[in-house]
Amino acid sequence: MTTPAASVSRSGNGRLIGRAVWLPVGLLVAIILLVMVLAISITQGAAELRLSTIYEALFAYDATVFDHLIIRTVRLPRVVAGVIIGAGLAVAGALMQGLTTNPLASPDILGISAGAAFAVVLGTFLFGGAPLLVTGVLAMSGAAVAAIIVYALASAGRGGATPAKLTLSGVIFAMFTSAFTTAILILDRNTFEQIRFWTVGSLAGRDWEQVLWFGPLVLVGLIGALLLSRQITTISLGQDVAKGLGQNTAVIKAFAALMVILLAGGSVAIAGPVAFVGLIVPHVARVVCGVDYRWIVPFTAVIGAILVTVADTVGRVVLRPQEIPVGVMLAFVGAPFFIYLARWKIR
Amino acid sequence: METKNLSLAYDRETIIQQLSLSIVTGEITTLVGPNGCGKSTLLRGLARLLKPKAGEVLLDGKAIHALPTKQLAKQLGILPQGPTAPEGLTVYELVAQGRYPHQGFFQQWSPEDEETTREAIAITNMVELADRPLDTLSGGQRQRAWIAMTLAQKTPILLLDEPTTFLDIGYQLEVMELIERLNRERQMTILLVLHDLNQAARYSQRMVVLNQGRIVADGTPGAVLTKELLANVFKVQANIVIDPDSGSPVCLPYRTAVPTPHSNGANGHKK
Repeated sequence: MTTPAASVSRSGNGRLIGRAVWLPVGLLVAIILLVMVLAISITQGAAELRLSTIYEALFAYDATVFDHLIIRTVRLPRVVAGVIIGAGLAVAGALMQGLTTNPLASPDILGISAGAAFAVVLGTFLFGGAPLLVTGVLAMSGAAVAAIIVYALASAGRGGATPAKLTLSGVIFAMFTSAFTTAILILDRNTFEQIRFWTVGSLAGRDWEQVLWFGPLVLVGLIGALLLSRQITTISLGQDVAKGLGQNTAVIKAFAALMVILLAGGSVAIAGPVAFVGLIVPHVARVVCGVDYRWIVPFTAVIGAILVTVADTVGRVVLRPQEIPVGVMLAFVGAPFFIYLARWKIR
Repeated sequence: METKNLSLAYDRETIIQQLSLSIVTGEITTLVGPNGCGKSTLLRGLARLLKPKAGEVLLDGKAIHALPTKQLAKQLGILPQGPTAPEGLTVYELVAQGRYPHQGFFQQWSPEDEETTREAIAITNMVELADRPLDTLSGGQRQRAWIAMTLAQKTPILLLDEPTTFLDIGYQLEVMELIERLNRERQMTILLVLHDLNQAARYSQRMVVLNQGRIVADGTPGAVLTKELLANVFKVQANIVIDPDSGSPVCLPYRTAVPTPHSNGANGHKK
């Protein structure tokens, strides 16, 4: 893909030289930070483990050692699930923000997560403990239907889907579907027991099965997002400008929407409608790496993974042996950030 | 470039009706008219941002809506009204986006891309500001950066929708002088929508006046800018004087016109 690499030597101005070297280094630093956070997260739980035990469990596995077993079957899948949903939801948010030129766009605000969650809860209510395949299909279709309804609602009337109309129709759709979700959960004790934690967004008890079923969907979404990233930069200048530059915006929007559905649907299937990751992380990434989506996408993925891992770890530790779901922990951070965005970033 | 019986509409509301207009290559043409007359809509139709409801827009004899959009973007640049850039986008990064139609999906940034980008920055006098984010610039500088982006497209035709609106007078002239220079030095065909009649008269070779979706006057500024037209289309009484500096007509409105029962703007040019 295109890189205006020559900009580095162009002006003799230190800023761009700094930026060009800085970005790969910054991404590497972020990845190292993620690995450190993951290691610490694995040590935390009912029993505190040492880092050396993690190393042994990974590279000198002994099935007779109980701690090794715990790491391999309980803690490792949980942190991997955290990485997947952190990256998935955050990148979904980045794509949506670029596509709509709306700083508030994200799977939670625009109702995508709520749609996916409602579909899964409805499925559990109707069919009882649904197999994972069904959960996945339900989450994807819920996300897709939500995206279509919200976009159609926002596009109605003159002026099309402006940021304000899109946000409004997303929030309204999210509230409406959440009301149904809550109604089902209150009326049906069985469903409630099964997915009580899931509906606020939780990584508790995630095992390899979920990771292996839904992880690949999110991975496809991430690769698609990377391939589309240069196009997203162009469309983030506004649809008219992008069209004027010769971009086929309808095709780009359709592909990007498909990626959002894979990313958000897959993430919700794993951990429920975890809020705020998709909203805040792209903004943090932009502060670090600027406006080019070829960098925003990878930075967003890594920072999203870090944020979810940290929130999940803190949620496990603060009230031990009780656990605070990761969705609740993120709301503590996310709500103030939302106010900041609404106050300063919305034109 | 021309339109044939072009009709444009938003939803069910028809804005432009059966309009035929031919843009002369190498000229600066200005579309003017009262609010809601359809001048911006027409420009959007010419730039294929709006699909025709009927009729067609032709470029070198070919209907533009049938052309691959990327190919058209090498022929025709468009700057929509009041574009907004993502926060933190630098001038250089913006102008580099102008190379979009010249790149493939996996194609690398070529020396030609770099050269054209620099040239566009240079001709708009933005070299000193190339590394600055757009949100730190003045309105006039920002508008020049956007124009530079369309110049990096290297198109012979440029469409501009109200490029001077919301700018201070000095910045307005800065932008208009740039447009004049692009026309004179690079022989670019430029079609713009303007709000200010005197600027339109001063900088363009041809003025096209729209009212209620129809062309009501079309010609040189001297022929178009008359007391009758101002009274009928813009509903103002005005004196027309000649600018001693440029020789172009200048209108000095002094009172709103009392609407007379049988005059309406649509036939103003016949009077």
